[in-house]
Amino acid sequence: MTDAMPVGDRKPLPPPVDETGVVGWARKNLFSSWGNGITTIVLIAAVVWILNWFLEWALFTANFTATTGSECRGGGACWALIREKFRYIFFGSFPYQQHWRPLFAVITMLAMLVLSADRRMWNWRLLVIWGVGSFITFLLMFGQIHIPLSLILFVALAGGVIGLTLRSALAPSSERMAYYALIGIGVVGLALRIAGVLPKWSIAIAPLSYVETSLWGGLPVTLILATYGLAFAFPYGILLALGRRSNLPLIKGLCVGFIELIRGVPLISLLIMASVMLPLFLPSGTTIDKFLRAQVAVILFAGAYIAEVIRGGLQSLPKGQFEAADAMGLNYPQKTLLIILPQALRVVIPPLINTFIGFFKDTSLVLIIGIFDFLNTANQALVDPNWAGFPGEVYLFAAFVYFIFCFSMSRYSKYLEFELNKGTRR
Amino acid sequence: MAVESLGSAPRVKVAPWNDPVIRGWVFQIVVVGLVGFLAWYLVSNTIDNLQRQKIASGFHYLEREAGFEIGDTMIEYSPASTYARAIWVGILNTLRVAVLGILLSTLLGTIIGVGRLSPNWLLSRICSWYVEAFRNVPLLLWLFLFYKLISEAFPGPRQAISLLWSSVFLSNRGVYFPVPMADPIHKWMGVALLVGILGAWMLARWGKKRQEATGQPFPTVSASLGVIIGLPAIVWLAGGAPHHMSWPELKGFNFAGGTVIQPEFTALLVGLVLYTSAFVAEIVRSGILALHKGQSEAAAALGLSRSQAMRLVLLPQALRVIVPPMTSQYLNITKNSSLAIAIGYPDLVASVNVTINQTGQAIENILIIMAAYLSVSLSISAFMNWYNKRIALRER
Amino acid sequence: MAATARDLSKAESVIQLKGVNKWYGQFHVLTDINLDVKEGEKIVICGPSGSGKSTLIRCINRLEEHQRGDIVVHGVTLSNDVKNIEAIRREVGMVFQSFNLFPHLTILDNLTLAPIWVKKMPKKEAEEIAMSLLTRVRIPEQALKYPGQLSGGQQQRVAIARALCMRPKIMLFDEPTSALDPEMVKEVLDVMIELAREGMTMLCVTHEMGFARAVADRVIFMDRGEIVEQNEPEEFFANPRNDRTKLFLGQILHNH
Repeated sequence: MTDAMPVGDRKPLPPPVDETGVVGWARKNLFSSWGNGITTIVLIAAVVWILNWFLEWALFTANFTATTGSECRGGGACWALIREKFRYIFFGSFPYQQHWRPLFAVITMLAMLVLSADRRMWNWRLLVIWGVGSFITFLLMFGQIHIPLSLILFVALAGGVIGLTLRSALAPSSERMAYYALIGIGVVGLALRIAGVLPKWSIAIAPLSYVETSLWGGLPVTLILATYGLAFAFPYGILLALGRRSNLPLIKGLCVGFIELIRGVPLISLLIMASVMLPLFLPSGTTIDKFLRAQVAVILFAGAYIAEVIRGGLQSLPKGQFEAADAMGLNYPQKTLLIILPQALRVVIPPLINTFIGFFKDTSLVLIIGIFDFLNTANQALVDPNWAGFPGEVYLFAAFVYFIFCFSMSRYSKYLEFELNKGTRR
Repeated sequence: MAVESLGSAPRVKVAPWNDPVIRGWVFQIVVVGLVGFLAWYLVSNTIDNLQRQKIASGFHYLEREAGFEIGDTMIEYSPASTYARAIWVGILNTLRVAVLGILLSTLLGTIIGVGRLSPNWLLSRICSWYVEAFRNVPLLLWLFLFYKLISEAFPGPRQAISLLWSSVFLSNRGVYFPVPMADPIHKWMGVALLVGILGAWMLARWGKKRQEATGQPFPTVSASLGVIIGLPAIVWLAGGAPHHMSWPELKGFNFAGGTVIQPEFTALLVGLVLYTSAFVAEIVRSGILALHKGQSEAAAALGLSRSQAMRLVLLPQALRVIVPPMTSQYLNITKNSSLAIAIGYPDLVASVNVTINQTGQAIENILIIMAAYLSVSLSISAFMNWYNKRIALRER
Repeated sequence: MAATARDLSKAESVIQLKGVNKWYGQFHVLTDINLDVKEGEKIVICGPSGSGKSTLIRCINRLEEHQRGDIVVHGVTLSNDVKNIEAIRREVGMVFQSFNLFPHLTILDNLTLAPIWVKKMPKKEAEEIAMSLLTRVRIPEQALKYPGQLSGGQQQRVAIARALCMRPKIMLFDEPTSALDPEMVKEVLDVMIELAREGMTMLCVTHEMGFARAVADRVIFMDRGEIVEQNEPEEFFANPRNDRTKLFLGQILHNH
């Protein structure tokens, strides 16, 4: 080492030319050795060959304008088929004139999901967003919503109980009185309703024509099944996870048994069960909507998987957190709601999003019990004898739509993981 | 101090409603009671409904004639066989696709996962495109796509694409390829293979012992391979080296001779393998990334060769990270093979579904499905747990 | 022994341990512990690791259950009774070795959590108390930050303030300075010394012998689950009687 020159006097030398710029980059990343260089050349050749073939098929010789399948034949891709069928693929058998309704329902649900992705909304706002969003979505899809009196009373009761448990320590006495009033109204009202004193009455909101679920199809069905599957499975997954970590043997046993049972069998078997066994479970004479059956199966399925994800979060908390909460004199619900869950859930948000991506893809299985989700409507578009013989085009198109949804969600999950880590570290 | 006092709590009077033990039991009894009530309600409704609809119950139907055709069977089966046999055919088909799927997707996934970490920029990009493309699209869609491509884009048997000097044919009826003519020696070759595997295992143990005792390394891998391949080969030669093959030939509208892989099976296997290997690749990649760089440097500094470092230092650690998520991928393959029903491959769920439709006995059949998948799932988990424990122990 | 114990002989006992025993499986962690703590007394507990000193103070607020003997805190005998445990935890504050602040809450929320939820104190009042305590531990300006943004010494001072927020009568310290970098130990000890001078009853597991000399009324040496020796600090350090104590003090004073 010739370190005689004082450090301050030395000018920094630029690195050798072949270490920087395009040439340097390529040398380092593509041609660092003989084997590497050969790999690169072979790969470039393969990519060029495939791209050439694909572009030829999908673009240069493709037919965008044909009006029948036979016009399309012989050339490249028949994108005219998508042009012809895309409204069916997106909205299924929903009355054609009314397609704006599922369209806006999809937009509402997307807005709901996008707003929920914003961390500033992770508080009471989330409840409002989901309440309003769900109301709009189902009003658009059904056209008419009947809210029975008993449901209103039940919501009043639940709202009172939740408000009281969450806010009892913080709320001024007037607010607390309001919760007591809500509970009172709920309990008395429900009792009277069950006793038959109050009539079977409901609020009807009916601005649009009624469309039954058997006509629903396409993207809104996929979105509803996945989104509400998650929304309902989430609280019950939390309960299952807490139960599995409980030291009460019976509770633990029940939760472990349920989770392992559901996770041990394929979703298809649950769907078949929901479609053939659910009607047997209910008192004879009651019929249950097929769409609802599928939704129930998805919720049961999702809950078990979400429970395992949340359990991971619970396990990642250091023991000191539980001890500190105990030493402060917090009781179990307080400890769980104020200390444990907020931290555990924060840890598991990225894996939860990945789980959600899984459900979003798995909802495609409902086509086996005859629900017209997005994949099923794409499938049905192929059945038309006029347009037979172009499966590649339709499936590629459907794959593209699924890809956009799943890929953007997985990117969001990566981003969030990064952001959350930044917050907890210094 | 005497141990008999273990666990005896201080005797102080506690009001029952303030005792956490009593509170816990009351809570548990209430919850179990509610669950029990729900179960009773559902079961009583079900019994009621079954009687009303005059649906038989019990597993007697399994003895009856199934009466439906199954396209792809590994064991003898005809419509005259029983339902039990039909379901057994389905179970075997599920296992066949699951086992092959697990092997192939582990292989492909490992290659792609390692490829993603390649210093070659282009290779790592291509591998990551692969992963993103396959895991962000539903498996069912891939299955439909592959199935439709095989059954619609491939030519009929008469125009079949021939590969490898007209020994393998691709057509919309499946892939046809030659197999050796049946010969009694094959059975003995199988026995020799098993003996070879056992011998290789014993050889490896002996080699390890000798190395521990004398320090002499033993070329375990090549010796084991030699035994495993060599023994059956010797038996084959001893049996007169029968080399007659059954070649697929076009007879009329279809091929005769050779053997065929049905398009349904091909589509299912290809779809499962391509889809799952995207997940496997991610697991392998994160397993390798989880290794601390210091580990390979420390191994190198000790003078271990690259392959020794890999075998003795890096792989054991990477496996510890890889095995648990890999287990759940293997379980996923098994469960996802049930998507077969959508493209008409006769797996367990498909056979049972036909049985449900014919007999109306949903409950018994769904119990069969659940029992079958649960036992497969539990045995895979048990095996992987055992394996995980073994490699976890080795690290201490 | 209780010669210089100021007016402690007349003070009331606030914690009494009589024949306390505890096992982890077959391992006997606490053997026949007898201890009587007077109001306002400051006790330092030291001993080699694994001697049961942390377990002892964790039994006092029932983070650990003892299996035999009696523990009486403020006249309440510890048992499975949930109400008693809640009552005792309200009276007894605890500071942990690893701080155990709640990372998802701001410093202020960490402090006000227990007063609001356990004592049902109005939020405003709780925040006022919290701010005055933060001023006392000299970090009021950090109130709206999150624990992750503070240094270890600051976090431990927050943890002390958090325990004080419940206006406890007794404070337990479980090696409060062991997880800190040397330059931060002093800021935490200063706060503890100040607290001691104000007359708080304190039980402190620590190896900070300077602290013991400065404030302790009694130093207890534990080994293998037993109280081997206890004495007032000057006597304890000058004339340890037991061989195990001598050995331990020899090691610990050499290292410092």
